[in-house]
Amino acid sequence: MVQYAQARLDHAFAALSDATRRGVLERLGRSDASITDLAEKFHMTLTGMKKHVGVLEQAGLVTTEKIGRVRTCTLGPRRLEQETAWLERYRQLWDARFDELDKVVNELKRKEKTDGRNDKE
Amino acid sequence: MDATTKSEPTHMKNRTTVERKSERELVVTRTINGPVRLVFEAWTKPELFRQWWVPKSLGMSLLSCEMDVRVGGRYRLEFAHGDSQLAFFGTYREVTPHSRLVWTNEESDEGPVTTVTFAEKGGKTLLVMHELYPSKEALDAAGTGAADAMAETFEQLDELLVTLAASSGRRET
Repeated sequence: MVQYAQARLDHAFAALSDATRRGVLERLGRSDASITDLAEKFHMTLTGMKKHVGVLEQAGLVTTEKIGRVRTCTLGPRRLEQETAWLERYRQLWDARFDELDKVVNELKRKEKTDGRNDKE
Repeated sequence: MDATTKSEPTHMKNRTTVERKSERELVVTRTINGPVRLVFEAWTKPELFRQWWVPKSLGMSLLSCEMDVRVGGRYRLEFAHGDSQLAFFGTYREVTPHSRLVWTNEESDEGPVTTVTFAEKGGKTLLVMHELYPSKEALDAAGTGAADAMAETFEQLDELLVTLAASSGRRET
């Protein structure tokens, strides 16, 4: 188990140690792209980009799928799960925010009540 | 003691929902326990707004909050997050008291237009917050985007480091 984790960690660190590969991750964060797209975008040869993508793939940071003659790269092995996880995090942020809003509104209600009473007195 | 103070109903926590309505739209809904008049006030007065917009769990603190709530008026929120600072700013496009607020998010070209509608029912307020992104890619990026992907990657690395530190500690003993 430890060795497995160690190997994954080595791969991930090695993958992230390179500025181009970090750029590729950032680019794939916006949308999927073919190796050709990526090579063009980063002014590289196809072979050079294939190597970078291979390193990212080995680290589990990117998956690729060949459809016809085009190899498409996608961020992470579990992109769908990531999207669901993101929506849930977003929900939690708004939930926490609205809990605070509830408190503020409650406080305003309380103040209004007291002020109203004071006016009458 | 008068009649109004008798057993306030226990405040049940209201549910917050988030839904991706289309490729470019996200919708958040929540009921707030108070009349729309007060809820709207809490969205439009900076001294109230800053009390709730940045929950502690966000790990950020609000440095400044300027809001000129009228059509064409601008807002600017500045946050501290660790050592870095973040600014969010934009323009109010619609301000209809007690019913509707629309503003832009101009800190990036891919920021959404946010519409919040307020509807009162039985002394409570239903909030519907709708975000319309300029493109599917912009919404995808907001979600599984670059910063997020990197943050997640580093989180995973952190977890691995903790696991490794724990197991190597065990090995040494």
